[in-house]
Amino acid sequence: MGKAKLQFAKRYTFFTDIRKNPISYLLVLPALLYTFVYGYMTLPYMVIAFQKFNYTKGIFNSEWVGWKNFEFFFHSTAATMVTWNTIKLNFLSILFGTVVALLFSILLNEIRSRLFKRVSQSTLLFPHFLSWIIVSYIVYSFFSTEHGLINNLLQTFGFDPYNWYSDPKPWTWILVGLSVWKETGMSAVIYLAAITAIDDSLYEAAKIDGANRWQQIKSITIPMLMPTLSILTLLAIGKIFYSDFSMIYAIIGDNGMLYSTTDVIDTYTFRTLRTSGNPAIAMAIGLYQSVVGFVLVLSANWIVKKFNKDSAMF
Amino acid sequence: MKKADKFQIANTIFIFLFAMFCTLPILLVLIVSFSDENSILRKGYSFFPDNFSLSAYKSVFSSNEQLFQSYAVSIGVTVIGTLAAVIITGMAGYMLANRLVRYRNPIALFFFITMLFNAGLVPWYMMNDLLGFKNNLMALIIPTLIFSPFNLFLVRNFMQELPEALLESARIDGASDAYIAFRIVFPLSLPVLATVALFYGLGYWNNWFNAIMLVDKESLYPLQYLLYKLQSEINMVNQMQGVASSNITVPAESFKMAIAIITIGPIVLLYPFLQRFIIKGLIVGAVKG
Repeated sequence: MGKAKLQFAKRYTFFTDIRKNPISYLLVLPALLYTFVYGYMTLPYMVIAFQKFNYTKGIFNSEWVGWKNFEFFFHSTAATMVTWNTIKLNFLSILFGTVVALLFSILLNEIRSRLFKRVSQSTLLFPHFLSWIIVSYIVYSFFSTEHGLINNLLQTFGFDPYNWYSDPKPWTWILVGLSVWKETGMSAVIYLAAITAIDDSLYEAAKIDGANRWQQIKSITIPMLMPTLSILTLLAIGKIFYSDFSMIYAIIGDNGMLYSTTDVIDTYTFRTLRTSGNPAIAMAIGLYQSVVGFVLVLSANWIVKKFNKDSAMF
Repeated sequence: MKKADKFQIANTIFIFLFAMFCTLPILLVLIVSFSDENSILRKGYSFFPDNFSLSAYKSVFSSNEQLFQSYAVSIGVTVIGTLAAVIITGMAGYMLANRLVRYRNPIALFFFITMLFNAGLVPWYMMNDLLGFKNNLMALIIPTLIFSPFNLFLVRNFMQELPEALLESARIDGASDAYIAFRIVFPLSLPVLATVALFYGLGYWNNWFNAIMLVDKESLYPLQYLLYKLQSEINMVNQMQGVASSNITVPAESFKMAIAIITIGPIVLLYPFLQRFIIKGLIVGAVKG
């Protein structure tokens, strides 16, 4: 009996694995199915980008048009505008978000009162729990032309009220400010966790050598944070081609006067799908985003790998 | 005064100011919701309105089927969705962390690839169309929200750190895979499962993307989408207050802010519990890399 079984068990295939661990495979099945449907079965739909898509004919019988949909997009002025806006807004948010979060994680770490530390940490984290719709209400209560708080203040000090919702210029900074406002607490808590993990003996040794607070921060805290910092930053840069749709669309919506500085690839794709009823062009833009985004993620990971092999994603 | 003390004081003040910067905007919304409508129209939004008033809240709670409907939709979707999402993620995490499964890494790769490359909005929309997730509760629960590979890897990393000897001894005592999963690994993984539940729950509560893409029946509007509609469609405020023509003045500004506050309500009430889990979860995730 042993011999026959042994020979059979020699080749350990995928199916052997399933037979040996049926429960494990059963447990992973729902997630596997979901990922298969939404992550893989969606891929064939991407051929729509090369078609003159017709809902009744479907993806198999629609007319093939080659690169035409891409040409339509790249010949429009929107292509450079939305690409530039996406990169600009993300880059500035990463830059300021990281600097502010780093600053506050270091400052919070210096606080001696535990209670104050905990309370302020929770306070900084709070905006993260709000939806962008709520944030858009807050934005409106500050910038609304008629009733907004900022225009009130301007008028109190004798300035003319300003029509914020029709001037695209300040919105780059308003959006960057909002993303810093909403997400800084979260990143600061991550950095604070990394600071707490630094070995205390390093600081003890520095103190014995006569290093003051500032020298300790400069020579211990910041260098020790570098791995976490560089990884989080590079990962964010890897996603620089994707915007938070729910943020931009909640705050700007379909206000065409602000598009020139705020319209990003995600909102543009959404609007193309919604208004033109032509999914082919929306798909072409989506494919452009997916491909460039993929290349950027791979590059970011490649750079992380060069710095520190263990912290790369793959 | 010592130099270090001066730094402590300055630092405390600085952090206090930043904390104010984080909370004052929300406070403004709260104050406006309690402001008298005329005082808003006269003076604009202000931290110091001339008169306070409860009329916005009265109006919200008096005749608002839509609001209660949306509240019910949001709560139902969040509870059902979060439960399902945590169960799906926890079970998959167990498999990926199980050292007896030799093909666990290829399976992990299968999940991971979708984090790097996805087909985008149009195929996602077509897939939901194909599966019939349109204008029903499923459309608010299943697409996008019910499973995230990021959370899966968070759970897997936690479960991998559980002492292997413990599981080994259970196996020697004859415990089955199912017993180990449900009686040992899941109970021990409660901290990470709670964190993941929080991520999913917040995602469900704050989501309006699924609604804008897949739902146009008013009875299915979740709260956030109702808020979006109130902001983007002026008529919606009148419609909700049962006023047909826009000639009659209704407390539009304070009314909207009151609904915003009611939407934040559950988060504020649960916040003391939530933030502890999120900080713990971030530490679990961050320390390793």
